[in-house]
Amino acid sequence: MSSGLPLLTVDGLTTRFRMPQGAVTAVNDVSFELQPGRILGLVGESGSGKSVTALSLLNLVDKPGQVDARAIVFKGEPLHRASPSRWNALRGDRIALVSQDPMMSLNPVIRIGEQLVETIRIHRRLSAADARRIAIDALERVGIPAPVERMQAWPHELSGGMRQRVAIANALVNQPDLIIADEPTTALDVTIQAQILYEMKRLARDSGTALIWITHDLAVVKDLADELCVMYAGRIVERGPVAELIRAPRHPYTRGLLDSLPHGRSAGGRLTPIRGAAPPLSRLPAGCAFAPRCPRAAAACGEPPPLSSAGGREFRCVRPL
Amino acid sequence: MIDTLLRRIAQSAVVVLAMSLLAFAGIHLVGDPVYLLVDPAATAAELEAARQSLGLDRPIHQQYLSFLSSALSGDLGRSFVFNQPALGLILERLPATLELAIVSLLISAVIGIPLGLAVGLRDGGWLKRLVSAGSIAGVTVPAFWLSLLLILLFSVNLGWLPSSGRGPVGTLLGIRTSLASWEGLSHLLLPALTLAFANTAIVIRLTEAGTREVVSQEYVRFARAKGVGPLRLMARHIAPNVMIPVVTALGLEFGHLIAFSVVTETVFAWPGMGKLIIDSILRLDRPVVVAYLMVTLLMFVLINLVVDLLYVVLDPRLRTKAAA
Amino acid sequence: MPAALAIAVTPVPPAPSPTRLLLKRFLASPVGAVALGLLLLLALLAVAAPLIAPQNPYDLATVSVMNSDLVPGSRSEDGTLTFLLGSDAAGRDILSAILYGLRISIGVGIASALIALLVGTALGLVAAHFGGQVDAFLMRIVDLQLSFPTILVALTLLATLGQGVDKTLLALVIVQWAYYARNVRGSALVERRKEYVEAAIGQGLPALRVMFVHILPNCMAPLLVTATLQTAHAITLEATMSFLGIGLPPTEPSLGLLIANGFEYLLSNKYWVSIYPGIALVLLVGAINLVGDRLRAVLNPRDDQ
Repeated sequence: MSSGLPLLTVDGLTTRFRMPQGAVTAVNDVSFELQPGRILGLVGESGSGKSVTALSLLNLVDKPGQVDARAIVFKGEPLHRASPSRWNALRGDRIALVSQDPMMSLNPVIRIGEQLVETIRIHRRLSAADARRIAIDALERVGIPAPVERMQAWPHELSGGMRQRVAIANALVNQPDLIIADEPTTALDVTIQAQILYEMKRLARDSGTALIWITHDLAVVKDLADELCVMYAGRIVERGPVAELIRAPRHPYTRGLLDSLPHGRSAGGRLTPIRGAAPPLSRLPAGCAFAPRCPRAAAACGEPPPLSSAGGREFRCVRPL
Repeated sequence: MIDTLLRRIAQSAVVVLAMSLLAFAGIHLVGDPVYLLVDPAATAAELEAARQSLGLDRPIHQQYLSFLSSALSGDLGRSFVFNQPALGLILERLPATLELAIVSLLISAVIGIPLGLAVGLRDGGWLKRLVSAGSIAGVTVPAFWLSLLLILLFSVNLGWLPSSGRGPVGTLLGIRTSLASWEGLSHLLLPALTLAFANTAIVIRLTEAGTREVVSQEYVRFARAKGVGPLRLMARHIAPNVMIPVVTALGLEFGHLIAFSVVTETVFAWPGMGKLIIDSILRLDRPVVVAYLMVTLLMFVLINLVVDLLYVVLDPRLRTKAAA
Repeated sequence: MPAALAIAVTPVPPAPSPTRLLLKRFLASPVGAVALGLLLLLALLAVAAPLIAPQNPYDLATVSVMNSDLVPGSRSEDGTLTFLLGSDAAGRDILSAILYGLRISIGVGIASALIALLVGTALGLVAAHFGGQVDAFLMRIVDLQLSFPTILVALTLLATLGQGVDKTLLALVIVQWAYYARNVRGSALVERRKEYVEAAIGQGLPALRVMFVHILPNCMAPLLVTATLQTAHAITLEATMSFLGIGLPPTEPSLGLLIANGFEYLLSNKYWVSIYPGIALVLLVGAINLVGDRLRAVLNPRDDQ
């Protein structure tokens, strides 16, 4: 179904942090492709490196972190060699970020209207009045009531759900080609979560914006995304179209994640979690990082498994399902 | 917001009243009060006459009330030394002290805030080490010795700046100040620098801590993620948030500067309140001492009030209650 | 005895005491070590002043006006004495005056800090233990006092009390007690919530015992840091007051008074009378401050890099 030039090609993204106790590789040789207008889900436990991936894609990783890649190509432009001013021009305009914490994303001493207008005017030459109109329109699209009055509001006057909507409006306002959403609903009420999810999907489809949705919750993303990337301990362990991946996962970790979801089976049935816990990124085992928890582990898993491709699917396992 | 203002004014009034009680107690409970209000060299008969005329033979609560009423009408006694109303003497000297304190505050802000911002943005480096050393010096080196050092260097050896007194007072922007002429400025420079020294160290430390904290906040990353460049980031996003605690601290420091000017004015013979109070203490001119304390305490209460209001003005989170 | 039981026991070396550990970590920083060394040296010089000072500047028999205003390094009229740091208008040796002055500055500083520590700690413990009205009342006084700069408080006190060693000491104590009280009250409140205090109270131990024997030892760490920094503050404040002429009387010439004495000679470039005592003061206060800073870093492992 995907053809033509990919919107984003990531090849060998690796982000290392030089800590006093040693180097930590938070993102290890991550590669994927995203077509225009498609939704990619990036799933992993906390500590899997998924948030750092988001920041790395936007060049927002500060020292002591270091981002390297064989290539990051966005709409044909090699980003991995772009200058800081080029990055500033792209961020907020062609690539936008919605991050996890709505409480502190907005600057407390600037009214939200001004923050939205700022996003518009630093990228486009528009009059203040025109920018205001676009901002009000964006607020309306994300479902904020009385948007004209809300423009004058201070961030602390809004609830968490509202603030996240403002953050989404902020991401949409310049009609970017790509939105990276890092757990945007995790800090919100379950009811609001469902709303925001629905609206983001609708907005993305309506405007043809590609979406990378980062989450630890497979349940959330399986109804949203077109393609899934599963991350574990900094690496992508499985990648492929959503329906196929869920129907027939190849990597034991993906199987484990799917099994731990509550299915519609019987109320009162037990959940099957994956035993053990993810290793800290500073102390990864040699070989496959999942081996200590894997029910299918064998001697061959002592070596780092290479990436295998088969029929549009990728997985990193020497003993796949 | 109005009711906050009214509440704070009411609280301040209570504090001032408490202060007046303490001052009154200080005068009347430490030794025979008549000595505090009359020239110590008076004879016994004069003392007795003074006691009666000053109403010191009346019950204590009556005395307190008359003390209060005369204080409210501006009468805080007469100076023995100058034979003028004490309050008048203090108020005469107040502009000179204020000028010194304001210029010092400006110096420490102008030097301290940019340095603090710069150091707060970096992680280590030579600037941070230099500033650290300067901060320690600011706390350790006593102001009075520093002024001697500066006099030695700039007045005695280099001859660039005068070592004492206030320069000619002209009019600048409608205010009578010694900044109006170079001569006036040259007299102001050393005292102001000395007074600003310790304060600058505090400002730098405060600004640095504030900057470090703000820079790590989520909303700064949010701003960067939407493409805000470094200049705008600092000016519109970082600095306003750092300024909230810094400006209010500066306000409080102003009070400290006024108190500390006592030392600086003595060394540089600057004709402000501070010099007057030291002289008055040494000459046992009690009414002037009491007048100084009342005026200073009142200023402190006012400064605290203004700073509280400033907080509300600068931080919109304090203005309206957050939504549920 | 069966051979199997004749087991050789490897002796385990006893764990080093907490004080030794503290000292070790303290000395790990070069700045801390130097500061501590300097402080001990100054203290030693002060204590030994009568023995090591070239001259007793307050014994009029040894002082001659023939030696007045000598530049540092000059010899005395009769050649028996070298004025390493110069002499003042009366012919007193500045170096000796500094050594004697150190005694007084350190003495008054430490004495006032200790008394303030005792008073403040006691009140802080009382406030924390009894809570409620007592706590509110005490802390209101503390807050009120601490909202004014110490120099103003000292000024007010000295203006009312007059001059004299005891009065200066009293003023310094009154200025400082609030810091200790607030500090100890904070620590004590935290400690109070811990189980060992509940256990002690539950056992029916009297309040005083709980306060002083159980709670206090656990508040020592921040108290020690405060005490160090406050001592430095007290010494500076006393020097300032003495400089202004409202602190210690001329019979107890602390470093502040020495600096004041030399003020008038500054304009004729006879700098040594004021500047050297000042350097001694800066070294003293600086050493104490650095020791206090290092102590703070050592006692709060989280802050130690």
